Amino acid sequence: MQDFSQAFVLAFESVFSGDADLIEIIVLSLRVSLTAMVVSCVLGLPIGAILAITRFPGRGPALVVLNALMGLPPVVVGLIVYLHLSRAGPMGSFGLLYTPTAMIIAQVILIMPIIAALSRQVLEDLNNEYAEQFRSLSVPRHAAIRALIWDARFSLMTVALAGFGRAIAEVGAVIIVGGNIDHLTRVMTTAIALETSKGDLPLALALGLVLLAIAFAVNAAVMSLRLTTGRYANV
Amino acid sequence: MSEPGRSSLLPLHTKGLTLEYDGARYINAIDLTLQTETLTVVMGPNGAGKSLLLRLLHGLIPPTTGQVCWNGVAMSDAIRQRQAMVFQRPVLLRRSVAANIDFVLGLKGEAKRDRRDEILDNVGLLDFARQPARSLSVGEQQRLALARALATEPEVLFLDEPTASLDPASVLAIEQIVTRAHQNGTRIIFVTHDIGQAKRLADEVVFLHRGELKEHSSASTFFSAPTSEAAKAYLEGRILL
Repeated sequence: MQDFSQAFVLAFESVFSGDADLIEIIVLSLRVSLTAMVVSCVLGLPIGAILAITRFPGRGPALVVLNALMGLPPVVVGLIVYLHLSRAGPMGSFGLLYTPTAMIIAQVILIMPIIAALSRQVLEDLNNEYAEQFRSLSVPRHAAIRALIWDARFSLMTVALAGFGRAIAEVGAVIIVGGNIDHLTRVMTTAIALETSKGDLPLALALGLVLLAIAFAVNAAVMSLRLTTGRYANV
Repeated sequence: MSEPGRSSLLPLHTKGLTLEYDGARYINAIDLTLQTETLTVVMGPNGAGKSLLLRLLHGLIPPTTGQVCWNGVAMSDAIRQRQAMVFQRPVLLRRSVAANIDFVLGLKGEAKRDRRDEILDNVGLLDFARQPARSLSVGEQQRLALARALATEPEVLFLDEPTASLDPASVLAIEQIVTRAHQNGTRIIFVTHDIGQAKRLADEVVFLHRGELKEHSSASTFFSAPTSEAAKAYLEGRILL
């Protein structure tokens, strides 16, 4: 219990004293995870939309694979990305290993299936409502996809948040491909893992509290945006 | 409403139009011819196949056997683009009233505010333009769905019980819009099981029972001297099984 109280004090002190190292770690964590979320949305939403409104041979197995990919083990993803980005790997010449870009790639692989699978469900439900009307109006497929994504935007924000939550809390993949290098690839979760292994539990807990606070703040911001704009869109 | 230089969609011919699902027959070998000009009301008790017939004519579902031909041409996407349909339950986009109209005008590359305002004014919804579409009353939502369908300037407009469960004022508003569209040259095919409404609107009546075409005649003939037993029973208010 003493560790917890110490952790609270330390967390407040670190944040409010403007500890440069801590701020750097927080900023990098947000940069990596938010970038991964945006990239995953750009890739995952159209995949989800196409799966939602099209019927093709093999769609069922494709959905099973996509849903299974939601549970990808981060360590395995980290290892696979590591093998591809290491000097001897097929993408070794890009020199991306132990950089924030490598961490973003690993997180995209982890959360893109989550965003694609959850958005597929959201968009399929909406498409069931719109499909006959769209067919009657002869709405082209690309226009239908755009309309579905736009009209489901508030539900899709929650989907994006689920992806962000997975990314910001993830440690296994980013520690393998990022290496937890101070001032370069150290993020909240890898810092927590390091401080725990060093036995500095109050600092690890303090970092954990800051991480939780960030997750709450991002969720609250999206929720209030959703409530405010949703009121005008009446969804 | 067919454009100059383009052949009319009508007359409509169906031949042996049949629809089956899982071995059950819902539309049974309907041969039907609809000419130009008239306002056709499709009537019949629940389960008669009225809505299914409309969907078959509009190409939303393919028939099991038989054909739908518009002026001698088999149903196609190009033909459907010259038609519109209003469903019993209005399906509105989760946007403002104005954005619902802009969506269809955008599909035609004609998204202009003046045109949208004119369309909304035509159905008495201009004052609601910025309001979320789904916050409208059911009657207003149906008027918006009708306005959106008319915004595509269809040559043929299908209406599938658009006034079911609406109050009399909303029914009157819908009927006035439909009558105006008909007078402006849009061919109307209107499904209802409201005998009073059919009498007010119909030039001719298509009567269905258990998926079969029982009667197709002018409205005056249908209401004064129906020939089929099913139509007689229906008009007399007897329960049709």
